[in-house]
Amino acid sequence: MNKTVYFDNNATTKVAPEVLAAIEPYFCELYGNPSSMHTFGGQVGHNIRDARQQTADLLGCEPEEIVFTGCGTESDNAAIKGAIAAQPNKRKIITSRVEHPAVLQVCRDLEAEGYTLAEIGVDSQGSLDIDQLEEELDESVALVTIMHANNETGVVFPIEQIAEMVTSRGIIFHTDAVQTAGKIPLDMKESSIDLLSISGHKLHAPKGVGALYIRKGTRIKPFIVGGHQEANRRAGTENVPGIIGMGKACELAKDNIEDENTRVKDLRDRLEQQVVAKCSNCWVNSKEAPRLPNTSNISFEYIEGEAILLMLDQLGICASSGSACTSGSLEPSHVLRAMGVPFTAAHGSIRFSLSRYNTAEEIDYLAEHIPAVIEKLRELSPFAKK
Amino acid sequence: MWEYTDKLREHFFNPRNVGEIENPDGLGDVGSLACGDALRLTFKLDENGRIKDARFKTFGCASAIATSSVLTEMMKGKTLEEAEKITNKDIADYLGGLPEQKMHCSVMGREALEAAIENYRTGGQKKHELEGKVVCTCFGVTEEEIERIVAENNLTTTEQVTNYCKAGGGCGGCLGEIEKIIENVQGQQAHKKPTPTHTRPKKLTNLQKINLIQQTINEQIRPALRAHGGNIELIDVESDKVIVAFREMCAQCHLAEFTMKEVVESKLREFVSEGIVVEEEEQSARQPHKHRE
Repeated sequence: MNKTVYFDNNATTKVAPEVLAAIEPYFCELYGNPSSMHTFGGQVGHNIRDARQQTADLLGCEPEEIVFTGCGTESDNAAIKGAIAAQPNKRKIITSRVEHPAVLQVCRDLEAEGYTLAEIGVDSQGSLDIDQLEEELDESVALVTIMHANNETGVVFPIEQIAEMVTSRGIIFHTDAVQTAGKIPLDMKESSIDLLSISGHKLHAPKGVGALYIRKGTRIKPFIVGGHQEANRRAGTENVPGIIGMGKACELAKDNIEDENTRVKDLRDRLEQQVVAKCSNCWVNSKEAPRLPNTSNISFEYIEGEAILLMLDQLGICASSGSACTSGSLEPSHVLRAMGVPFTAAHGSIRFSLSRYNTAEEIDYLAEHIPAVIEKLRELSPFAKK
Repeated sequence: MWEYTDKLREHFFNPRNVGEIENPDGLGDVGSLACGDALRLTFKLDENGRIKDARFKTFGCASAIATSSVLTEMMKGKTLEEAEKITNKDIADYLGGLPEQKMHCSVMGREALEAAIENYRTGGQKKHELEGKVVCTCFGVTEEEIERIVAENNLTTTEQVTNYCKAGGGCGGCLGEIEKIIENVQGQQAHKKPTPTHTRPKKLTNLQKINLIQQTINEQIRPALRAHGGNIELIDVESDKVIVAFREMCAQCHLAEFTMKEVVESKLREFVSEGIVVEEEEQSARQPHKHRE
């Protein structure tokens, strides 16, 4: 097999060919500014409206509740900082210890500015400590921000239960749903979630576009100012091709959500079953918890993740790792550490994340070649048992 | 993705001298699973006292494996006196260079070599041990080791020290101390720079003082507590009395009182004002908190 076998879809995804076709005219033909007074620019505004409707349909909300942003990280920043700024008298924020840095770092920066921050822990399967969350809820809380599903382990939190618990106390609730949009059905009409972030390039739209759902009536201060775009909630000339791509990708995601939960999930299960059967001293992290259908995080004891990735790379297989060496930091993934995964296994954790473009042949190719990689590195390791 | 040289990649994919010599003349064990890399080095001498065979076993990333592999190649044929002159820089140079953040791999190689030679000279008695005061508790790096790495590689920033030996790369609580070590070592060397020493501000408005206290907590105190699963929050400032609350693991820790005086108060005195007294908020004083194991 000479082609690339791509199992890193939680990092980014391929742009769907249908999305690319939809975007293409917006570079050299329909390049007008939607804010312009002439028809040439104005027509683009109509197409953005369609994209907003497509995005709203995926989330089950009104189009006016969608604000397009530059990426998922911007959506998270805008939601957290915007909600906090709108309630200057409330000084406490609650999040979880396993958030993506786009949330966790923002919260910790606010803590450094004098906000009180509570970080909710997880158990060994990566499930959230709901009791601890409930204990932390009081009248000083301005915002609770808890991710929908974890990007490293794929663990899905009971987001509706959490949203209900938080919003029934009059507290704003934000969730980072970057990993779940298109994989788990979302219906904001039936939900208590106030703010929800999604990212284009995680669901086969191009990089450089995201969206933030803002429930009607939620008070939030604009994060980027200096223009009337997005109903004064996010200034700056629209990334038209990105937004059109986002709309198309959301439409496709809605159509494919069943496929993600059946065929893609079967591929993931096949991957786990084969890898665990063929390699010794390895296990699937968070196997007992509810998980995304496409994500598998496997720990290989006594060997190090970066070395595994490089050997897989040599075979054309793309994956990622929670080891220290891959991140450029010196400590392994904060998610696995929060779960208490032992060091013998945290450094050797590999994440495989699939998409609807993966095939059974690719899974079998991985399963055929990974045992030799693991074996070779174990032979090098002073800790591996003979 | 790391920028590895072709030579490094070649040694990673085809490592030389893998294994462990039975009844070796010298054995060196450095690193640990927790640290993310570890190396066991063994060697055997010939009748002329030259290294006849050297073998390694390494747990770690591609550059850790490649540096171990070239180290065994470099050692072979050398007397122990010659071998102990190999520096971490020699190892990195042999590979055509290492990414800056991976320099600690070459240092691990040199440490293993020294440990193995020491083990031989003490007749197999002595294993590698930490000597002197431990500066970085996250990765177990001593003052002596940091001084040596700074001097040998002419390092000038704490970031470099972290890249070369990991010290300061965990909770970051020792970065101030590392900075002092760099100043000391570089001060002893020829190009002496005026060392900026930390001075407490003479006069502060109330607002400036509260900001400085908050900043000191953020930068000097919280990172160390967070490394152990704890946290601290500033509650109030009344003149020189600073009221704080311990959170998370600190809230149930019986060492919190010690932390309060030895860490919180002493840091605030050092950075803000001599007269500061720290107290724990009364109503929230360490209520038992439910935590999972």
